[in-house]
Amino acid sequence: MQALGFEVLWKGKNFARLMGGLWVALRISLIAVGISLVAGVLMGALMTRKNPVVKALTRLYLETVRIMPQMVLLFLAFFGTTRWFGWNLSGETASVIVFALWGTAEMGDLVRGALESIPRHQYESAAALGLDGKQSFLYVILPQTLRRLLPQVINLVTRMIKTTSLVLMIGVVEMLKVAQQIIEANRMKVPNAAFGVYLTVLVLYFLACWPVSLLAKALEKRWS
Amino acid sequence: MGRELLRIEHLHKEFEGKTVLDDLSLTLREGEVAVIVGPSGCGKSTLLRCVNALEPVQGGSIFLDGEEIHADPRKLPQLRQKVGMVFQSYELFPHKSILDNITLAPRMVQKRGREDAEAEALALLERVGLADRAKDYPRQLSGGQKQRVAIVRSLIMHPALMLFDEVTAALDPEMVREVLDVLLDLAKQGRTMLIVTHEMQFARAVADRILFLDDGGIVEEGRPLDFFDHPKTERAQRFLNTFTFETVKE
Ligand SMILES: Nc1ncnc2c1ncn2[C@@H]1O[C@H](COP(=O)(O)OP(=O)(O)O)[C@@H](O)[C@H]1O
Ligand SMILES: [Mg+2]
Repeated sequence: MQALGFEVLWKGKNFARLMGGLWVALRISLIAVGISLVAGVLMGALMTRKNPVVKALTRLYLETVRIMPQMVLLFLAFFGTTRWFGWNLSGETASVIVFALWGTAEMGDLVRGALESIPRHQYESAAALGLDGKQSFLYVILPQTLRRLLPQVINLVTRMIKTTSLVLMIGVVEMLKVAQQIIEANRMKVPNAAFGVYLTVLVLYFLACWPVSLLAKALEKRWS
Repeated sequence: MGRELLRIEHLHKEFEGKTVLDDLSLTLREGEVAVIVGPSGCGKSTLLRCVNALEPVQGGSIFLDGEEIHADPRKLPQLRQKVGMVFQSYELFPHKSILDNITLAPRMVQKRGREDAEAEALALLERVGLADRAKDYPRQLSGGQKQRVAIVRSLIMHPALMLFDEVTAALDPEMVREVLDVLLDLAKQGRTMLIVTHEMQFARAVADRILFLDDGGIVEEGRPLDFFDHPKTERAQRFLNTFTFETVKE
């Protein structure tokens, strides 16, 4: 164990700090994922509208958010807003905004695809039973859409959790940042600490994403 | 036969400039069963879809119980409750059990209580011989069973008029009978129905009136015996001939 430098984790409050960092990362992801799932459904519903203006605007939003690397978005949200609008967003707020914007765009596109894959006759048989547009969407179309979406949504959520490691670039002290600090502080005495610490980070990320896939499996089983 | 329930006046329907229904007029009285026959692509499905406004129309008007169907889109859900429609491809909701498929509309649209809706659903399922399948999902049922459920799902809304669009066309031959028997039973109960079918024996048995549709209009109409045994128009004769075979052996 010595050779991998795990022992630095037990020095002082290091492990607690690492967990604190994980919590920061998870907090950002969870809030952003929550917003993205709800806003993404609305976004996806909007994208299936025939109105050309709505179509063009949603398309523009989606492509912009997609083309920009997340890092650039983070810099824009954090430094850009201070410079141009004089806003003083905390790193964490800026991160939540960026991940929510990104997640909404991706989720919206997934929802659009799933909505368009529901046969026209499902809409029609709902309408023929007297359901109005809202009822048909809520009780007939959306539940089928979500079932079809499940695997892709899980993929998106885990990607979002993992990508939060980028927020250290704007000074948010999340898990990866804490890990670097610990390794840095022990550079002289435990030169191998990088292995142990990063390995721990890897396991912690896995543990954070694992329940999501477990939940997905359980849902898939129930819905199949 | 009762009072007038459905009146179609000078209906005109086109798809991207191509006329499909041309100046079509038709009335249906309460309790009447009209069967529409005609070659594939002549506009039978389109006609039914116009009747509950799944298709917009380009001219003419359709009245149900004196109310114009295409007049006000906000009234559509209200009007559609009075018109039940069963499609060739059943279109059950795959994520809902049979019972939930049937009770969704009465509960959400008509705001009936769960117990009340489920009790009626089970009684109707019993009537079509499927009471024991209430908890199953659509994918566990055969085509004929799914179609009977789709009929029940429509019936529970107590529609004044039922539309059936080739409801046996997608079924294996041995399942056709079980579905047609349900329709015959409905006819006996005195329901008002507009039925599109290619089953000529069934049409003869169930119909009060046959409407022969061709080229976007009603070319001939009459009582089943007259129509099938003595078609007046040459087009109807030719159409009926496609259902008979000359023997090839001496
Ligand atoms: N959504 C549509 N768009 C364009 N053409 C259509 C559409 N639906 C039906 N048609 C055309 O209208 C005609 C009548 O179709 P339909 O009512 O389905 O015939 P039927 O049910 O008698 O076989 C056909 O020529 C068909 O190609
Ligand atoms: Mg048809």
